[in-house]
Amino acid sequence: MTDDRESILSRVRGALAPLHERAPLPAYDSEIAVLRSLLAGRDLAELLAERMRRVNGLALTSPAAVVAHLRAGGHRHGYCDPALWPELAPHFADGFTVETRFDRTRVDEYAFGITRAAGAIAESGTIILKDRTTSSRLGALAPWVHIAVVSRADIFGDVTQAVAALGEDRNVVWCTGPSKTADVEGILIEGVHGPGEQIALIVP
Amino acid sequence: MKGQAIDRFAATLPAETRASVYQSTKATHEKRTRLLFDQFADPDRLRALAGEIKQHAIENLDTYLPQAEARLRANGAQVHWAGTAEAACAHVLRIMRDRGATKMVKAKTMVSEEIELADYLGRHGIEALETDLGEFIIQIDHDHPSHIVRPIIHKNRREIATSFEREGLGAYNDDPATITRRARHHLRHKYLAADVGLTGANFLSAESGRIALVTNEGNSRFSVAATRCHIVLVGIEKIVPRDRDLGLLLNLLGRSATAQDLTVYTEFISGPRDPAQPDGPEEMHVIFVDNGRTEVLAGECREILRCIRCGACLNVCPIYRQASGHAYRSVYPGPVGAVLSPLLLKENFPQKADLPKASSLCGACHEVCPVNIPIPDLLLRLRARAKEENVPSPGTPPMGPWALLASQPTAWRAALVAGRALNVLPTRLIPVPALQAWTASRELPGWRGGEFRRWLKARRRPAPPAR
Repeated sequence: MTDDRESILSRVRGALAPLHERAPLPAYDSEIAVLRSLLAGRDLAELLAERMRRVNGLALTSPAAVVAHLRAGGHRHGYCDPALWPELAPHFADGFTVETRFDRTRVDEYAFGITRAAGAIAESGTIILKDRTTSSRLGALAPWVHIAVVSRADIFGDVTQAVAALGEDRNVVWCTGPSKTADVEGILIEGVHGPGEQIALIVP
Repeated sequence: MKGQAIDRFAATLPAETRASVYQSTKATHEKRTRLLFDQFADPDRLRALAGEIKQHAIENLDTYLPQAEARLRANGAQVHWAGTAEAACAHVLRIMRDRGATKMVKAKTMVSEEIELADYLGRHGIEALETDLGEFIIQIDHDHPSHIVRPIIHKNRREIATSFEREGLGAYNDDPATITRRARHHLRHKYLAADVGLTGANFLSAESGRIALVTNEGNSRFSVAATRCHIVLVGIEKIVPRDRDLGLLLNLLGRSATAQDLTVYTEFISGPRDPAQPDGPEEMHVIFVDNGRTEVLAGECREILRCIRCGACLNVCPIYRQASGHAYRSVYPGPVGAVLSPLLLKENFPQKADLPKASSLCGACHEVCPVNIPIPDLLLRLRARAKEENVPSPGTPPMGPWALLASQPTAWRAALVAGRALNVLPTRLIPVPALQAWTASRELPGWRGGEFRRWLKARRRPAPPAR
């Protein structure tokens, strides 16, 4: 089967040849898109919590609060990143079943998933997941509740900083609130394919 | 009914659909405007800047495409080039056959609709399932999307509930939350059973080879979490020079499309999964699709290639609000579609030459465009092209008599006198269909013909300059 690389590139060159000059790349300061007045003088963890609430997410600051939230919601069966589990296990008393391997054949059994976040964006209330630090893409996505463990030091102020820190990872996902749709008559419904509840556990 | 094709489609739109399209487009537009102007001191400066970046990118595709290709290859992705819709479909089929794959889940790709991929794969025994809730409903109904961001803006919950019942997705229930739960349950097993996840790309960074992809539902994330092979269809105009430009454009995309600071899931994908990651594709293919774009680039409407598919121009357009999306008979409706759709048809341009005329040229689409595309200017250029190519224009009032009057002073003066008859005759009787359509719901103002000429004549001539 032939590939159209050369013919496409030659059409591109042909299309651009008559231009007397090509549009220059404008110089700009990324600050132009930063919500500076929102960020000024704010503690980033506090601002993250505030901005997450705005998109129907939730930020908690202790494992005990996470366990209480799961208990209240009746979410008793879940997945946890094996590297995080030793520290979190003592907070999960009887009545919880937590697996450290996500078995895709039993996808419907997991009510919550706990994975590590690579960071967060305070300005937009966003959790950052990267392939190298997320123990399972499905574990962070398929359960109804996703709890992302964020270190305080990894919270960026704004989108511009987070873009600059994309790094070498081949897969980076920014999650801003729970999965949602307004396809049916414009009515907001959460939990379409991904989590219906997006939680950040902010740790020191 | 006579007139352009778009008028005939619009005339058949049920009043209920028209009302719901009007309300939801208006609400989204107003939310967008409030958000942008609350948050930024000068949103128009942002729009202009984003437009300059995209214009630069498309005018340097000869540099950026090979650069993006090299980066993707270095990251372990395979890159293919497709000149036409057929070539793009054939690439996808070959990739699937090479893997012995028979099931695909699709997310966030307008290009796949443009090239009619699902039908093509279906004819070759491959199931290609839509995963966006709205697109899924479109697929089971054998319907077409009517909005870039809100594909089923033309459907109500009762129609959707009926379709779900017919497809065996539970007893009739038109509660939107129940509909969504049922789709969630049904589709997650489809993702997990699929061999290949196919997505589009909102942007492609030449600097890093990163594809940026946004969804609110998380369907593209699920497609690349559950499957072992990821195919990306990307129009060649989606390229941006650097990652930092992605930041600026993403800030504008969510706000312009749905009045969100950021869309819920913003993915940056530049290759197959990390070796340490248990889930997701070990193989990634990126198909650069031309399918008419290089012809657009060569023409005088190349600014339309800046488009980032936010749908803001649809939401604000008085014509779209009245006609809804199907009237545009294309994957890309609304003002952007009125420019892009006829152009992508290449030599079949006359088939959709009516679309550029479906505009009052009010300029609202230009005013809201996050990449500052001068859509009204482009519409005028396409109208001129239709005229040059002698494309028939049914329903347009004949301009011949006007041309005659305007070029014969005697005839013009006679017409000015004769026009007074309009003050006494019922205007319904004037045998010009376009005028009759207009006066059916409006009154003509009183005839004042000749006043300007009298004023000009009476005006004292300025004294000639002294020698």
